[in-house]
Amino acid sequence: MFAEILTIFLDGAIYASWLFIVALGLTFVFGVLKILNIAHGGIYALGAYSAATFVPIFYTLGLPEEFVIIAMLISALAVAIVITPIMERGLLRRFYGQDHVLIVLVTYAIYLVLEDVQKLIWGMKSFYVSEPREILGAIEFGDLYYVGYDIALIGLAIFCGLSLWLILNKTKSGKVVLAVIHNPEISGCMGVNVNRVYLSAFFVGAFLAALAGAFTAPLISVQVGISVAVVIESFAVVIIGGLGSIPGAVVGALIIGMARAACVHKLPEAEIFIMYFCMAGMLIFRPKGLFQGAEARKI
Amino acid sequence: MAKKIYQNMIFQSILLMLLLIIAGLFIPNWLVFVVTKAIAYGLVGLGIITLMRGGLVSFGQGLVFGIGGYTAGLLGTQAGLTDAVLLLFISFIFTGFVGLIIAPLLARYRDIFFAMLSLAFSMVLYGVLIKIDAIGGSDGFVLPSSTFFGWTPSKEYADYSLYTVSIIMTGIVSVLLRYYYNSAPGLMSLAVRENELRVEYLGASSFNITVINFTIAAALGGMGGALNGIALGHIDPEFTYWTTSGEFVFISILAGYLSVPAVFFAALLLELVRSFSGRYFPDTWQLILGVFLILSIIYIPSGIGSFFKKIMDKLKETING
Repeated sequence: MFAEILTIFLDGAIYASWLFIVALGLTFVFGVLKILNIAHGGIYALGAYSAATFVPIFYTLGLPEEFVIIAMLISALAVAIVITPIMERGLLRRFYGQDHVLIVLVTYAIYLVLEDVQKLIWGMKSFYVSEPREILGAIEFGDLYYVGYDIALIGLAIFCGLSLWLILNKTKSGKVVLAVIHNPEISGCMGVNVNRVYLSAFFVGAFLAALAGAFTAPLISVQVGISVAVVIESFAVVIIGGLGSIPGAVVGALIIGMARAACVHKLPEAEIFIMYFCMAGMLIFRPKGLFQGAEARKI
Repeated sequence: MAKKIYQNMIFQSILLMLLLIIAGLFIPNWLVFVVTKAIAYGLVGLGIITLMRGGLVSFGQGLVFGIGGYTAGLLGTQAGLTDAVLLLFISFIFTGFVGLIIAPLLARYRDIFFAMLSLAFSMVLYGVLIKIDAIGGSDGFVLPSSTFFGWTPSKEYADYSLYTVSIIMTGIVSVLLRYYYNSAPGLMSLAVRENELRVEYLGASSFNITVINFTIAAALGGMGGALNGIALGHIDPEFTYWTTSGEFVFISILAGYLSVPAVFFAALLLELVRSFSGRYFPDTWQLILGVFLILSIIYIPSGIGSFFKKIMDKLKETING
């Protein structure tokens, strides 16, 4: 009994931390740019593919095994560096201030394009890069054995969330971002370069998506179609937590992660739609999510 | 005056329907199929347009598309009902009824939250459908070939018969919809779009208007789903998937909310782009579709409908002097 609860808890936490890293980028981009980015899932997939390319190269270099983490960071960074100027500068900038749904549709189009770009670059075959998963060995919880790498993902999620929160709330540039979130026009008048804030915020969001992809690559087979599920799952997290809220993303990811882990162990039939169920339920009782303040209405 | 406009409109619609039906005899069979599919997608798009007039966009029309499709499919396989007209009609009514039940839940939401909640509903249905093995699970099932008033067309005319039926039914629905758009709640939708609070202060209920609009959108989506299922001869949970819903939103954004024919034109454009790129660039059709989407949003932001309206206004001007 206890072992079962522990399993559900650990599985849920691992799943939640993965979800959280993806959703963190999504919610941050929405908070700053007011864009609900469907292409976020595409960037995640690019991150996974990029890790699947860089990690084998790293192993041919013959460096100490632990440095593979750096290779994965570089692969995520590379994706963000390539994708941000194209997406934010090239396309999304044209649509700022327009109808939300229109922008969602634009990002959906970008998502479709990214899907095929993956196929064009990496082809249809699957990639396996499970080596990094072994560097941390196994961790024992009572009778249960967990792969150390999986547990380390929880740490990574906490690190990502905490550092973004600290940067936003405790540093000067973070406060500038908060000002832009609050009112881009007035911040612009005060001398903030709003366009640059948008660009960096998008970069952070893209980096987080690619990071989640890169660190998930060792757990899965990297292949066509891995982005589809991510889109909706991270959306569900963000909707549950409230759009643009970091604590909301934490709670949303935990709710979905735990609910899903519980389903996998107790009610496997419901696994596929439990998160939609959570999302629909949350929207019915708290339409704007858990952590969303009141908004003024236009009269 | 208004009566004359309606008479003109009905006359024009009948003329257009006859023209399309006759044209169907001369165009190749694959195009007949593509047009039928475009009509199916256009019907769902028409539903979204109806919502858009009230300021809402549903990102989950796959829900009603799937319900309509599965209604027609299950009636066909389980109850042995194969009459296309009847199947389309029942799906229309039944899905509209389902829409009426869901609508009060959705009608409180606006903007992106409406889109997301409708998306959540459609994905719940997707999750359920994929798990029910009795109706094929993720593979779906095959529909029996359809009949028309007791008559079973030979193989070469099967597509054409469905095409004819879909054009007639869609024509009737479109004309009725025009009536609705010009009715009190139909016009009030436009006011809700502009400023909901003011509508409430004037004494109208934006909630009720949204419920009506969503019900209509659901019925249209159900009919579209049934038509698509019958045309393909196969139905699977993909009907309710979010990427399918995305295509419907695209059709309605491309068409704009000003014109009914523009919706079908946009749907046809999407179908053609899809079938051509699927045929000549099978590995990159999504890329082409995506680029097409982006370009059309950049260059025709208010939709094809605005072109249509401009052309019609010009025509009227020249005719009237």
